[in-house]
Amino acid sequence: MAKVLLFGPLRDLAGWRERDVEDATSISGLRARLAEEDERLGEALSAPGVQVALDQAIVRGDRPIGVHNEVAFLPPMSGG
Amino acid sequence: MIIVSEAPFDPGALLSEFSSGRTEVGAVATFTGIARAECGEASILELEAYPGFTEAEIGRIAEDARRRFELDDLLVRHRIGRIAPGETIVFVATAAKHRRAAFEACDYLMDYLKSRAPFWKKEHGPAGARWVEPRAADHADIARWDKETSR
Repeated sequence: MAKVLLFGPLRDLAGWRERDVEDATSISGLRARLAEEDERLGEALSAPGVQVALDQAIVRGDRPIGVHNEVAFLPPMSGG
Repeated sequence: MIIVSEAPFDPGALLSEFSSGRTEVGAVATFTGIARAECGEASILELEAYPGFTEAEIGRIAEDARRRFELDDLLVRHRIGRIAPGETIVFVATAAKHRRAAFEACDYLMDYLKSRAPFWKKEHGPAGARWVEPRAADHADIARWDKETSR
C-alpha cells in the first residue's frame, strides 16, 4: 500500500487527489493497478511529460514502493 | 526566503521590507506577476502546489541562482488558490552588489517558475475551465539559461 497523490489535470481526470492504493510493490505496478480501474487515467499517468515523485523526490524509471511511500504523479508544471 | 501561500500580498510592501537595512547591496531587482483577465476570457485563476515539495524545489533553484549570480539575498513569494484578474500571483526580489546580477537572477527565477516549478494552473472563464501548460516561449526562455553554462 502506498499513498498516491495526483495533481492538475490528472486529479480532474481521476476525480480524486489522494488515495491509498493496495497491492502495488513498484511504480510500474502502481500504474498498472490504477489503469485496471480506469483506463484513461492509466494512459494519462504514462503520458510523456508526467513526472513521478517518490517521497517528494523526482525519480526516473521504475522503483520499488512500500507501505510508507508517497508517490505523486506530476503533469507538466506551470507557475507564475 | 520562499513563501507559497493563499494569502494575497502587496508587492510594494514586500519590496520596502526586502530593501530596508541593506548597506552593502547596490541593487535590488523585482518582478511582479499579475493575473490577466484575457479580455473577459479568464474570470479566475486557480493555482495548485504540492505542499512541501513545491517550496523545496523552488528552494533548490533559489540556491542555484544565489551561487550563479552571487546574490546577497532573494525572495520568492507565490500565491496558490483562487486568484482574480488584477491580483498579484508572484513576486520575486533579488539583491546583489551590482544591477546586472540582480536583473539576471530575477529573470532566471521567473523563467524557472513559469515552466519548471511544481505549480498547476487552471483558468476558469465563461467558456469553462482549462489547465494551462507552459507555452513554447516559456520553454525557450528557460532553455536560454541551460546554454549559458560558462558564467
